[in-house]
Amino acid sequence: MSFYPYTDNGGSALAIAGEDYCLLASDTRQSGEDYKIHAGYVPKAFKLTDSCVYAGVGFSADGVALVKRVRQSIEWYRHAHEKTMSTPALAQMIATVLYSKRFFPYYVGTILGGLDENGRGVVYSFDPVGSFEAELHKAVGSGAELIQPFLDNQVNLKFLPEVERTPLPLDVALQIAKDAFTSAAERDTKTGDYLEIFIIDREGVNVERFDLKRD
Amino acid sequence: MTQRLELPKGGFNFENYQRNVALEQQGLKLPTPTKTGTTVVGIIFKDGVVLGADTRSTAGSIVQDKNCDKIRYMAPNVYCCGAGTAADTQFTNSLICSQLELHRLATGRETRVCTALTLVKQMLFKYQGHVSAALILGGYDVTGPRLLAVAPHGSTDKLPYLVMGSGSYAAIAILENRWKKDLERQEAIDLVQEAIEAGIFNDLGSGSDVNITIIEKGKVDNIKGYARPNRREPKCRSYKFARGSTATLNLSAVTVTEGDAMDTS
Repeated sequence: MSFYPYTDNGGSALAIAGEDYCLLASDTRQSGEDYKIHAGYVPKAFKLTDSCVYAGVGFSADGVALVKRVRQSIEWYRHAHEKTMSTPALAQMIATVLYSKRFFPYYVGTILGGLDENGRGVVYSFDPVGSFEAELHKAVGSGAELIQPFLDNQVNLKFLPEVERTPLPLDVALQIAKDAFTSAAERDTKTGDYLEIFIIDREGVNVERFDLKRD
Repeated sequence: MTQRLELPKGGFNFENYQRNVALEQQGLKLPTPTKTGTTVVGIIFKDGVVLGADTRSTAGSIVQDKNCDKIRYMAPNVYCCGAGTAADTQFTNSLICSQLELHRLATGRETRVCTALTLVKQMLFKYQGHVSAALILGGYDVTGPRLLAVAPHGSTDKLPYLVMGSGSYAAIAILENRWKKDLERQEAIDLVQEAIEAGIFNDLGSGSDVNITIIEKGKVDNIKGYARPNRREPKCRSYKFARGSTATLNLSAVTVTEGDAMDTS
């Protein structure tokens, strides 16, 4: 057996961008290989700035290491330019950091949720080596296959007859996020324990916590 | 030339073994059988045996069945909990179950748990561990309450408390701590519930409800969902789709005046 430095710690995260808010939700279970639960409360979402929250799903240690590095860069940026980094700038920076480790990657599926310079909700999603895209909603992690089509249908109104689109209110987005996670926890063994929902709006970042199933 | 299709006479068919080995060497991925994570326990109490099991069945990290039954009938006085490859536990169980029924008809006697055990272990040993069934057999026979276990290679244990499956470490921790001789019926049930719940909450392969079977002299109690510690909370929103949500390409109507008679042959 050769040394293999990665493991999959499971867990899911999702983000939904609204007109003037963004919502980022993730579970807090950390699981190990072959049926182990390491801990019930190991957050994988972190506030980066007053208008941006990060979630890293996959190899937990790399997720934490990446936040540490990104936060350092945010700090240096602040000292150099006397302003907080904008969310789109952060997204580009994270992509550069991820690609800098192209041949020894941070093994994480990353999503950023926040507000752009105009106060509009944005979501960015990244692959482990830095390919990224701006989106309106995204699910990553072990429950992504279960959650993504649900979001496509409920947020983007996919697979439904054409209707006039109205902006998704925050309370509805919150209900959708909660239902996405309670449903994913039913069928994905690696998603569970607790749900943390970050709400990013003009006022700043707020966190809400909810119970998920623990089995 | 006429060819007759012959029915298989029993036993396994190895016809495609060589072909599959060759295909595998060429890089074909063969389908993997469902290996279900499980917590099953059995304990002996003052006047009987209590068997317990969780009800989750998994395919990788996805839950395949949220409410499956892992405690199965073997004989009127013998029940069996299975862990391992789902198909192997089920087929081993039903095969031995039939043999025991015939044995009862031939001898006119009640089945002994050790008879079931011998039949299972001889079959499992014959297949050298390729039939991956790990079973706990519990029953009450002429010798009193009996609790026995078989591992996939055919080795057996006779112990007053037993666990099997991926949640066995969590469950045995509870039993090692709390089991004692001559437990009362309710004490035994509570202990089994706690052991299974330890598996449910600490092992990803186990989950949902606690099923319990109590076997005493001339009496069997099957309790499905003895504890349900994982009920789903109600959803925040209703997801009923409005009529017409499914797009239609074209429509055609057929008028049925009097329906065709149902074919009941």
